[in-house]
Amino acid sequence: MIGSVEQALRARRDAGGSCLVPYVTGGLGDDWLDTARAVAAAGADAIEIGIPFSDPVMDGPTIQAANDRALAAGATPQSILDQLRDADLGIPAAVMTYGNIAYHMGWERFAQSLAAAGVAGCILPDVPLEETGPWTEAADAAGIETILLAAPTAPDSRLPRIVERSRGFVYGVGLLGITGVREALAASAVEIAGRLKTVTDLPVLVGVGIGTPAQAVEVSKVADGVVVGSAVVQRMLDGAGPEGVAELVAEFRQALDAK
Amino acid sequence: MTMTEPTAEGRFGDFGGMFVPETLVPACQELDRAFREAWADPSFRAELDHLLTTYAGRPSPLTECQNLSEALGCRILLKREDLNHTGSHKINNVLGQALLAKRMGKTRLVAETGAGQHGVATATAAALFGMDCIVYMGTVDIERQKLNVFRMQLLGAEVRPAESGSQTLKDAVNEAMRHWVSVVESTHYCLGSVMGPHPYPWMVREFHRVIGDESRQQCAELLDGGVPDVVVACVGGGSNAAGIFAGFADTDALLVGAEPAGGAAVGRAVPGIVHGSRSYLMQDEWGQVLEAESISAGLDYPGIGPEHAHLAATGRARYEPVTDAEVVEAFQLLARTEGIIPALESAHAIAWVSKCRDELRGKTVLINLSGRGDKDVNQMMDELG
Repeated sequence: MIGSVEQALRARRDAGGSCLVPYVTGGLGDDWLDTARAVAAAGADAIEIGIPFSDPVMDGPTIQAANDRALAAGATPQSILDQLRDADLGIPAAVMTYGNIAYHMGWERFAQSLAAAGVAGCILPDVPLEETGPWTEAADAAGIETILLAAPTAPDSRLPRIVERSRGFVYGVGLLGITGVREALAASAVEIAGRLKTVTDLPVLVGVGIGTPAQAVEVSKVADGVVVGSAVVQRMLDGAGPEGVAELVAEFRQALDAK
Repeated sequence: MTMTEPTAEGRFGDFGGMFVPETLVPACQELDRAFREAWADPSFRAELDHLLTTYAGRPSPLTECQNLSEALGCRILLKREDLNHTGSHKINNVLGQALLAKRMGKTRLVAETGAGQHGVATATAAALFGMDCIVYMGTVDIERQKLNVFRMQLLGAEVRPAESGSQTLKDAVNEAMRHWVSVVESTHYCLGSVMGPHPYPWMVREFHRVIGDESRQQCAELLDGGVPDVVVACVGGGSNAAGIFAGFADTDALLVGAEPAGGAAVGRAVPGIVHGSRSYLMQDEWGQVLEAESISAGLDYPGIGPEHAHLAATGRARYEPVTDAEVVEAFQLLARTEGIIPALESAHAIAWVSKCRDELRGKTVLINLSGRGDKDVNQMMDELG
């Protein structure tokens, strides 16, 4: 059975469009849920909701700062999921957090909590293929799509194993590095998209280092779409409010549609 | 039991593994293969042994402490890792990893450091091998370990402040891992303890096994073929403890790890996943990692190496908390009775023995004196002044 994240992305791709998945840090500001709704309405196909973790090793300064601020304001995994339950975003949501948040709650309980909150997918960037077994077992049972990352460092032999186990989409890591906006698109972003496209029919989205509409367009010539995190979260940190953040997402949408 | 290899998945019982971002998985797997090959290669072992002997000053002596033994009522032997080049046991691991990095064709080393001992050792090896070196250090630690910061700079390393979170060792590890993700093809992450993703916990323990192997032989000579009743070492991540325990795990000796009371990961016994492996971890009710608090920067870490979690879970080793006040007392005790100023980290082991002197009466106790206290003198001047 195909989950709702994959359905939404396939629908966009089948219609000839490029997929757009923005990332919003859960618990960042009192209006984060309004921001998520505005982002959804601005043309996102699915949304990632970050559950802050104290030690996010895959994240750069922007998302670290967002994590710290949300945690200081008292955000917890449960408070974020409770708010999401009634959010009615209109598009599928995937949670992005780190392994220990899920492990500490218990793989099964965490998977069930996501399902109960209406969350469709989950990304745990520090739980790679080799370690994902106990989690995916629980996630599969709860109907949660586990999205795996595929990095430029992976040898060719590794990619088919990653896409085989990934659900929803496969998250191509655009560069060697952590999340954050870069001035130029890394060549590795297009490369990883191309390598993944040759081994899977699953939607291939590229994230990490995709910070501008132009970069999104360039990588989406090969990839099925993009994940945009730090650029969105930076707007939230700057206090742009739901409309200000949605404006940025709409710019990405328009650029991708005009591609 | 013996301390041998983890499983192919890098597990010690329920602990360990390779919980790293996908970008780093191939690098960890490559390191596993390279270490396996090197460790089985007599020429690599010979080259490392030569360095340990002619550069680091091994074997380190075993000192029988007449005065301290008299004061505490047990027979105390010190394994003198404080006499190694750079002043602590850390050089054993760093020479091994630098040699391995060279063999793998890496030209840069990145490391994290708490007290600065591992950073100094890494900077030293980088200078020796002509490699570039970047050391991440929490801004709080940079302040309390100024001397070591300058030493690293003298050795040609770049010291970068880790300004996130608690600004101590945990955050330095985060920053080092973040940097490694971006330069993984040219750079070896020279991790300083028996923690992190597989193969680090195993590899770092093997590079420190020399402490246990030498001690076993030195004790046998001193004790008519016998072994000490108790082997004690301080534990943050747990590298010096893993090294000395490895020499005695298959004996009847009681193995004790002295944890700082403010960073007692085993004492709380809650498993968690951070920095690449599953182990015991100080965390809140939601799994957010807590900040450790210790007088010693080198032990200021909320986790512990996964093999220690396994040794604790199976009952082979005990992990006991000691307070900062007990450590300060032990620091002075060893200085005054034996003329040896220990590192604050190593003073934790002394502190446990001093505190448990009644339980230890008449026993032979081997303490791993993992480092010397020169770096802590400024801090202790403030503490005692």
